[in-house]
Amino acid sequence: MSKKYKIILISIAVVWFIGIIAWYLHAKNFAVLNPKGIVANRERRLMLITVLLGMIVIIPVYIMTFSFAWRYRESNKKARYEPELAGNAVVETIWWGIPAAIILILSIIAWQSSHSLDPHRQLVSSRTPLTIQVVALDWKWLFIYPEQRIASVNYLRIPVNTPVTFDITADAPMNSFWVPQLGGQIYAMAGMSTQLHLMADTPGSYEGSSANLSGRGFAGMHFTVDATSDSEFNNWLQASRSMPGELDASTYRQLAKPSTDVEPRQYAAVMPNLYQEILLKYMTSGASDVR
Amino acid sequence: MFGRLTWHALDNGPVALGGQLTMVFGALAVIAFLTYTKRWRWLWKEWLTSLDPKKIGVMYILVAFIMLLRGLADAAMMRAQQATSVGSSHGLLSADHFQQVVSAHGTIMIFFVAMGLMFGLINLIMPLQIGSRDVAFPFLNSVSFWLFVAGMLLINLSLLVGEFSAAGWLAYPPLSELAYSPGVGVDYWIWALQIAGVGSLLSGINFLTTILRMRCPGMKLMRMPLFTWGVLCSMVLVIFAFPILTGTLAMLALDRTLGMHFFTAGGGGNAMMYVNLIWAWGHPEVYLLVLPAFGIFSEVVSTLSRKRLFGYASMVWALIAITFLSYVVWLHHFFTMGAGGDVNAFFGIMTMVIAIPTGVKIFNWLFTMHRGRIHFATPMRWFLAFVVTFSIGGMTGVMMAVPAIDFEVHNSLFLVAHFHNMIVGGVVFGFFAGLTYWFPKVFGFRLNERLGNYAFWCWFIGFLLAFIPLYILGLMGATRRLDHYDPSLGWQGLFIVAGIGVMFVLAGVGFQILQLIVSIMQRHQNRDKTGDPWNGRTLEWSTTSPAPFYNFAVIPTVADRDAFWAMKQADQPKNIEYEDIYLPKNTGFGLYIAGASLTIGFALVWHIWWLAAVGLAGLLTLIIVRATAENTEYCLPAEEVARLEGRA
Repeated sequence: MSKKYKIILISIAVVWFIGIIAWYLHAKNFAVLNPKGIVANRERRLMLITVLLGMIVIIPVYIMTFSFAWRYRESNKKARYEPELAGNAVVETIWWGIPAAIILILSIIAWQSSHSLDPHRQLVSSRTPLTIQVVALDWKWLFIYPEQRIASVNYLRIPVNTPVTFDITADAPMNSFWVPQLGGQIYAMAGMSTQLHLMADTPGSYEGSSANLSGRGFAGMHFTVDATSDSEFNNWLQASRSMPGELDASTYRQLAKPSTDVEPRQYAAVMPNLYQEILLKYMTSGASDVR
Repeated sequence: MFGRLTWHALDNGPVALGGQLTMVFGALAVIAFLTYTKRWRWLWKEWLTSLDPKKIGVMYILVAFIMLLRGLADAAMMRAQQATSVGSSHGLLSADHFQQVVSAHGTIMIFFVAMGLMFGLINLIMPLQIGSRDVAFPFLNSVSFWLFVAGMLLINLSLLVGEFSAAGWLAYPPLSELAYSPGVGVDYWIWALQIAGVGSLLSGINFLTTILRMRCPGMKLMRMPLFTWGVLCSMVLVIFAFPILTGTLAMLALDRTLGMHFFTAGGGGNAMMYVNLIWAWGHPEVYLLVLPAFGIFSEVVSTLSRKRLFGYASMVWALIAITFLSYVVWLHHFFTMGAGGDVNAFFGIMTMVIAIPTGVKIFNWLFTMHRGRIHFATPMRWFLAFVVTFSIGGMTGVMMAVPAIDFEVHNSLFLVAHFHNMIVGGVVFGFFAGLTYWFPKVFGFRLNERLGNYAFWCWFIGFLLAFIPLYILGLMGATRRLDHYDPSLGWQGLFIVAGIGVMFVLAGVGFQILQLIVSIMQRHQNRDKTGDPWNGRTLEWSTTSPAPFYNFAVIPTVADRDAFWAMKQADQPKNIEYEDIYLPKNTGFGLYIAGASLTIGFALVWHIWWLAAVGLAGLLTLIIVRATAENTEYCLPAEEVARLEGRA
């Protein structure tokens, strides 16, 4: 095969490859790149900034790699050959310097964003935040709305443009609570309560899942988050309250038993302090009603 | 009598049966072949009991390559499952079996492939590069190798008898605790790694001592070849990191075996402590793999560009900086645990700082090519592929070092793509470059270039096809280790592409095996008579190919960085005076010690306490007997050396 055909073939392959990626970008839901919440939005912007800064190094590296490899190939006797060239203080300073400068900029970004996007940080809003307690169970998610005194399994509904405080724990192996279109994840750990603040800014249905392996039924630990208007949210609360079933200590113990691919459901009422009782289960001296 | 072990342990369903039969018949075939060709005695005397680092190195690489096949088979099963297990279809594997395969893939690839290739290459080349006849502790070297084999056997035994861990390659508690993983799987994982890990620690001590104490006259630290520098830094990491692994595994074993509460959920245990400890080992672990690979690339680029390495001092300081930094970044593996902004930011910034010395290395390699005369042999191709892939991996690494970004991609397939970018593109490509480059030095003939080239392209294309889709899937919200997902997510197409990528990689491995067979058949045409097939620059090329068992008839004296290059420019000294050479005698004790360790490991997995006691007593006896042994060396008289050299 002649060199010309090789080049044509390789170019076709590259174009095809880029085409596929472009089509995918267009046709599919890139959850992480398609944010519907304030946190996810800022996280995506950070991603783009770091990629752009990274390109400052990567593009010259690619250009140098291919141009040097081509120019100084063995058969090209016209190229300069300096076998004893072993360094150059000026250029070496430049490439200790350029990456250092980029990393300095990135470090500032990392420091600021670690604080401004700290999952523990309350989101600024004129509206009162909604608290939802999240419990990772074997293998489903339990969501408790303590102020509304209802609960749901593998289904979340939140009002749009209202900050939501998630208190997260597990009554199971470690999981990770992740709704990519709303924002980053945080681990759910037994005996510990972690916190995550998110806020949806567009109504819609968003997929959530567990991002940390937790055993046999792990793949089935996904749920839908519906971000709706206040009135739809209140309607749902009303509807929940008329559902049969109450989440008390004994139904909780039943629910906590391992089960896989659990269908979403709601509970009309939930025992007070269930979340605290679940945390107490793992404290050495704690007396817990749900142990 | 046999603890938890019953006949049921052999029955693990049809898919596992396939693996079991492959293993049993593979072993039987090897045994039959050795018996038929009457090679047992030869095998025992020439290989199994040898203390020659070059032979131990070859055995390491052979074991690692067989384990690469096992690890790739696991990878193929994972991708086959993920390409088919959508919606109402649930694929071939049960969730539990899938998770065992995932855990085995990671564990085997890191501990028994990457580590094996690394220790193999170090054994083969490092003593030659520093102008030494042996390593500092030849017997310990054999013990290390056989403990590595014992760990490997134990992990493969789990396929045959019982089950493997389904808790991921790092077995986070509480999932790996008795409450959630009551079977023997996690115990197999613990004891296989415990045994192999002790071997690694001993190797670390051995090689570090060798480099510090056994360099030939004139080889100052700042004259050492870059591969040896990479090994030096890597062994420092081994020595400080592996005791953490041993301690962590021991605590997990105490939890599981004696009902303690180091890491349990409840009872005062703290699983977060385990995650901290395992990464305090785990992060240095991945860097100690890549540093020798960086060293290999430095040798390859400089030799094949026919030019001195650009910026030697920068390269060395970059290695040292990476060594130091790799101890202060472990928390970036779990920003999502929810430590505050200060803690996360500190570890994030430390992680990004690593990009500086790494970037410097890339630029220096490129400027080594600049104004050189580049010979595009296979090792150089691996290098170019490394630059292309590793740069992307580096960028995604810096992305994930920003904690706020990490929250969005942690534990997704984006992360999986990133670390395969680093470990396949960096470590594996590096070791393959090294294997091709040094093959003639070890066996005395070159590898077939054409088949090597085919293997390279299959690996490279396969790598891109297998991992670029994972980056995309991660951004689509796909988490790692999923055995099933919903078709509405639109992930299936990309999983199929990734599966095709695995097939390309398998084809690459097929070409590598073919390359080895063809090269052996054509060895007479490809023989390296000079000992210096690449026009090399460092001492390993100054001796014959294959290197004699005593490495150097006369210990070289070094006056420059590219020691052999300088020797070739200068006049050779004519009057050579040979001296008596002292070398270690062969011994089977490494093998016996590993056998006892394997017995203890197996007994502890199945709670067969009497067998564990017998194994322990045997182990202690063996150590005492060997430690008090005398006459472990023999003398090769000067006349004999002269005779051997004259013939060569």
